[in-house]
Amino acid sequence: MAVTTSPERDIVATPMQRATREALYAGAIALGLFVLFIGLRTDQNISNELILVQRWWLLAVVVVLTMAGRFLYVAYGQPFLANQKIVDVATGLLPESMATRFFRLPYFIAAIVIVAVLAFLAGSLDGLLGPGLAGYARFLRALAIIYALASVMFYFRTFIHAHFSALGITALALYPIIVVLVLALYGGSVAAGFQGSLKWVDNYGIQILIYVMLAWGLNIVVGLAGLLDLGYVAFYAVGAYAYALLGTQYGLSFWILLPAAGAMAAFWGVLLGFPVLRLRGDYLAIVTLAFGEIIRLVLINWREVTNGSAGITGIPKVTFFGLMTFNVSDPNYIAKVLDIATSSAYYKIFLYYLILGLCLLTAFVTIRLRRMPVGRAWEALREDEIACRSLGINTTTTKLTAFATGAMFGGFAGSFFAARQGFVSPESFIFLESAIILAIVVLGGMGSLVGIAVAAMVMIGGTEVLRELDFLKQVFGPDFTPELYRMLLFGMAMVIVMLWKPRGFVGSREPTAFLKERRAVSGSFTKEGHG
Amino acid sequence: MMAGTTLLDIKGVQTYYGNIRALNGVDVTVKQGEIVALIGANGAGKSTLMMTIFGAPRARAGTITFAGTDITQLPTHEIARMRIAQSPEGRRIFPRMTVMENLQMGASLDNLKHYDEDVEKVFTLFPRLKERITQRGGTLSGGEQQMLSIGRALMARPKLLLLDEPSLGLAPLIVKQIFDAIRELNRTQGLTVFLVEQNAFGALKLATRGYVMVNGNVTMSGTGKELLADPDVRAAYLEGGHH
Repeated sequence: MAVTTSPERDIVATPMQRATREALYAGAIALGLFVLFIGLRTDQNISNELILVQRWWLLAVVVVLTMAGRFLYVAYGQPFLANQKIVDVATGLLPESMATRFFRLPYFIAAIVIVAVLAFLAGSLDGLLGPGLAGYARFLRALAIIYALASVMFYFRTFIHAHFSALGITALALYPIIVVLVLALYGGSVAAGFQGSLKWVDNYGIQILIYVMLAWGLNIVVGLAGLLDLGYVAFYAVGAYAYALLGTQYGLSFWILLPAAGAMAAFWGVLLGFPVLRLRGDYLAIVTLAFGEIIRLVLINWREVTNGSAGITGIPKVTFFGLMTFNVSDPNYIAKVLDIATSSAYYKIFLYYLILGLCLLTAFVTIRLRRMPVGRAWEALREDEIACRSLGINTTTTKLTAFATGAMFGGFAGSFFAARQGFVSPESFIFLESAIILAIVVLGGMGSLVGIAVAAMVMIGGTEVLRELDFLKQVFGPDFTPELYRMLLFGMAMVIVMLWKPRGFVGSREPTAFLKERRAVSGSFTKEGHG
Repeated sequence: MMAGTTLLDIKGVQTYYGNIRALNGVDVTVKQGEIVALIGANGAGKSTLMMTIFGAPRARAGTITFAGTDITQLPTHEIARMRIAQSPEGRRIFPRMTVMENLQMGASLDNLKHYDEDVEKVFTLFPRLKERITQRGGTLSGGEQQMLSIGRALMARPKLLLLDEPSLGLAPLIVKQIFDAIRELNRTQGLTVFLVEQNAFGALKLATRGYVMVNGNVTMSGTGKELLADPDVRAAYLEGGHH
């Protein structure tokens, strides 16, 4: 909402006057924009007639909030921002000057106290405060936990920065164990620990890691080889249906079908690669988009094989390398073999480690390939195709290997997805999924594995967190479903990151060629939003 | 291969952009150990000839023979694998890759067999590049980018080096450095060079032989000295005063 004012008036106007004026403009624009969106609403009355509901009070609230926001931003925000770098260029985090003001010991202690008190009162919160306020209290507790964790991370920032990959992998490897332990202590029994861990391991852990894997796979095609692929979900679908069909029809094991699904997806990657060899940029994007839709429409319409929109059910679970199974009725059921209590959490924890392993495999292969001729050729291809050819690089095979490798990891992720869900249908493979995966790659920084993992965590974890914000129902009414706003979160994150960090969370790329010793690269950047 | 044998033989080459003929049957020969310059005005077809040697665009008539092999119909990367290296028009270095990575890409034809040795050679030739090894290509100055482009081409251990306007947009001092480097390569390593230039004076002084191109035809040829002395060449390309 850019409000233009004449420069002469700006010179004489004090910030307060300017803020007041801009607040009025913003209010007028908000009124004009929202009078039909918010002020009026169509509804059906009891006899199914369309009626107009007037909501002038809500419109007034929105307009006043807009004006107040604009006023505060112009009067205080702009002068403040002009004196501050809000984001540090190197780390992409708050700069020291800001962060030391934000993370202080008294605040940290206060946060710990809040967490402790609220955790102690957890069971009786509803009784003490009523359901509405208890919701807020839980949200406050979550914020306090996040703040305390952020403080700890800030305190150890140099250590974390130096050992980021090792720490990250360790944290991911210990995550289910810590979740089970914490919840077991909290609930007072191991069984409660396993039961409570389901949500954390499945909804957060596995869900995020699937997207990390998909985004890392797409990163090979888009981030390294620079081939804009809008139909990546097609390979995910190929992998999922390969396992679903072969697993249900022929009873083959996951461990045979995982490589098979990867190989099939790679085959389809080559098949897509051939017609688009001469295309780049926008043209390539359109064809890959169409390819994704073709696969989805085939899955819907080829009913004899795919069972159409109804999908395939009863997809077999993964076995513990063929030694034990996770089916309660099976004689080899893990709890019977190991003689422990029955719980559905074992399967989820096993799946968590499986997808973590697949993710690490993807990362390992990507890192190794970047140092090999084919990976270097991908990056050179992204930079300049004509120069590549005149250096003797066969751009045809280079593109096809990029498509095939990226597709293969999509296929792996797809067969894992099918095994985890136990059910696949074309609905899971819509264009929006491709868009989300691509958004994660772009937000994380094209070509950067760490950045992409962080982006997946924020974006997918963020949408899961939205499900937890039930207290918002107190504010916006009982019909309010926060998870419907996940795309808004995506959009906001995109805008904010692209404004402040046009190269994504991690904008630097690690060089692969050295003379004698490794040295940090000055001004080496991945792709950026402009230019 | 002995000095004096023909390395690159271009015979009657015609190239079209759509229906527009850019080259009307061009004959050019480059012998082993020579520096051959092709000069001409803007739009004469110099760069088109350079690109036609590399098969993009492909010649519609005529033949291009390299070291006895007909390369007219080969795909671009196969032509490069015959050990023809090119510093293309506009340099075309990889902007987001470091200087070292750019050089490494050049060596991919050679499978990095002589990588360390060749990198040292390039740095001896262009010491400026050594100071810039960890910098990304896009942040180099124009002259450094040209040096990198030539260095990258040399990493493939070429039998023939094609240079498309190496002096374009560079300061006279840098142009001199680059021409000196080319002369040095030719003298010490016997590298055969075919260069296209608008800077006729510098190119003809450097060259063993030269060709003059006008509107897609080779109109004149001779040794560098002969062409420099020729009144027509002087009138058309030298007396204009910029060199």
